[in-house]
Amino acid sequence: MSEPGPTIQIEVLRYRPEQEDKPVWQRYTVPFTDDMSVLQGLQHIKDELDGTLSFRWSCRMAICGSCGMMVNGKPELSCKTFLRDLLPGPVRIEALAHFPIERDLVVSVGEFVKKLEAIKPYLIPKLPRTLAEGEYLQTPAQLEQFEQYSSCINCMLCYAACPQFGLDPGFAGPGVLALLHRYNADSRDGGRDERMPILNAEEGVWSCTAVGYCSEVCPKHVDPANAVNQNKVNSAKDYFLRFLTPKGGRP
Amino acid sequence: MIRNAEPGRPASTPSLRPPAPPYVRPMQGWWQRNPFFVRYMVREATAVAVAMYALVLTLGVVCLAAGEAAWNGWFDAMRTPWSIGLHAVLLVAMVVHAKSWFDIMPKTMPMIVVGGRRLSAEAITRGGWAATGLACALLFALAWWWRP
Amino acid sequence: MKRSNAPIFWLLFGAGGMLSALLGPMLVFITGIAVPLGWPLPGATMGYSRMLAFAQHPVGKAFLLAVIVLFAWHAAHRMFHSLHDLGLHNGTAAKLACYGSATAMSLVAAAGLIRIGF
Repeated sequence: MSEPGPTIQIEVLRYRPEQEDKPVWQRYTVPFTDDMSVLQGLQHIKDELDGTLSFRWSCRMAICGSCGMMVNGKPELSCKTFLRDLLPGPVRIEALAHFPIERDLVVSVGEFVKKLEAIKPYLIPKLPRTLAEGEYLQTPAQLEQFEQYSSCINCMLCYAACPQFGLDPGFAGPGVLALLHRYNADSRDGGRDERMPILNAEEGVWSCTAVGYCSEVCPKHVDPANAVNQNKVNSAKDYFLRFLTPKGGRP
Repeated sequence: MIRNAEPGRPASTPSLRPPAPPYVRPMQGWWQRNPFFVRYMVREATAVAVAMYALVLTLGVVCLAAGEAAWNGWFDAMRTPWSIGLHAVLLVAMVVHAKSWFDIMPKTMPMIVVGGRRLSAEAITRGGWAATGLACALLFALAWWWRP
Repeated sequence: MKRSNAPIFWLLFGAGGMLSALLGPMLVFITGIAVPLGWPLPGATMGYSRMLAFAQHPVGKAFLLAVIVLFAWHAAHRMFHSLHDLGLHNGTAAKLACYGSATAMSLVAAAGLIRIGF
């Protein structure tokens, strides 16, 4: 069934483990309007052209972090990337880089989730605190210290951007380390010592070579490169001052 | 033949091979696939120039320690077109290093608040260049005016 | 998780990177282009007696040692990690080659500067 009006070619890297050893490119012709996102293009393919196409999505407004994929070789949220900016096409869509492909545009995320859990991503009180003591008070300046790092939506675009993660999948990675820093930098938190072993490991900050592409691709401007690299100083301080004081020179 | 659907294998399709594991894409040539990564590799490559220059200086120190004749030999080598040409390349590499260093420097620093406003990355980079300007001026002055 | 020893090498890398960013271009220009060509600095800037006096001065000696050692260790660290980035050998042999060269250069320079005396 052909539709009149402008169209755009979308090429998707398919992978169906039950029928092929390696991924293959498949091209679709999709009707184009200038308000369409890449996600809408994929949805058209699935709804009208090829129901076997598999991809993750949810909110379609760049807040859930589900729809990360490579669009013309760059990590993007498909709901936030517009076909009009990719004209004349073809648009090449591939599963998020540096992750194993389970099927089509769906990647394995289990390891990433395990890493998130490992960094203790919750406030650990400095001192035991009763409800009767009331809420924590925090100034705007204290909030500013960690707020941007709390914006992470776990979309993993930074992992697709990070060649060190691609080369060494054991690397904690930009997103996880940014979240770790979010808690360390929060004035309410006292769990820094518990998180130091992760920072100090080779798989912690020391796998990072400050490529900086992670911060470029982050849709929420978290700046994970900053989170990771400023903690190299903290980790180095911990390394050299650990013998001087029990807390590595920190107050 | 009726067969129950198995995981990964719809009941309605003919019998296929066992499903392959998740596919891991090779990293070979990763840095050639994106201009951002090419610039990163150029930045990293400047280390070769830094190493070469350290070697040139080391040879200079060795010749200086060996006496006037050795030192003059080293200086004469420094005056050959090959050496001048090499140092022109090293100079470009050093400038590329300095630029990329001050561009990435803000990422290594914690949040600094000055007078209620956050110190921007651009301000930190400009600070780096200001320090370089000062250091270069002092070095040139030293070379010009210092008397033993 | 095992603590990494990277901080040692990283601090040397950082110090060398900062020093080479601040002074590298001008040092290369002066020593490799300007003085050999005799413009805009005269050739005598690096004459034997002047350079000897510079290297014999405690500050001059420290300057030369710092530049050579920190440049060498900065470069070694970065080149070692580049081998990893390129997917080439980055095992113990490569580590020894990179950091070993920096050690050798540091020792040779130190020996030379000691031989120059005060």
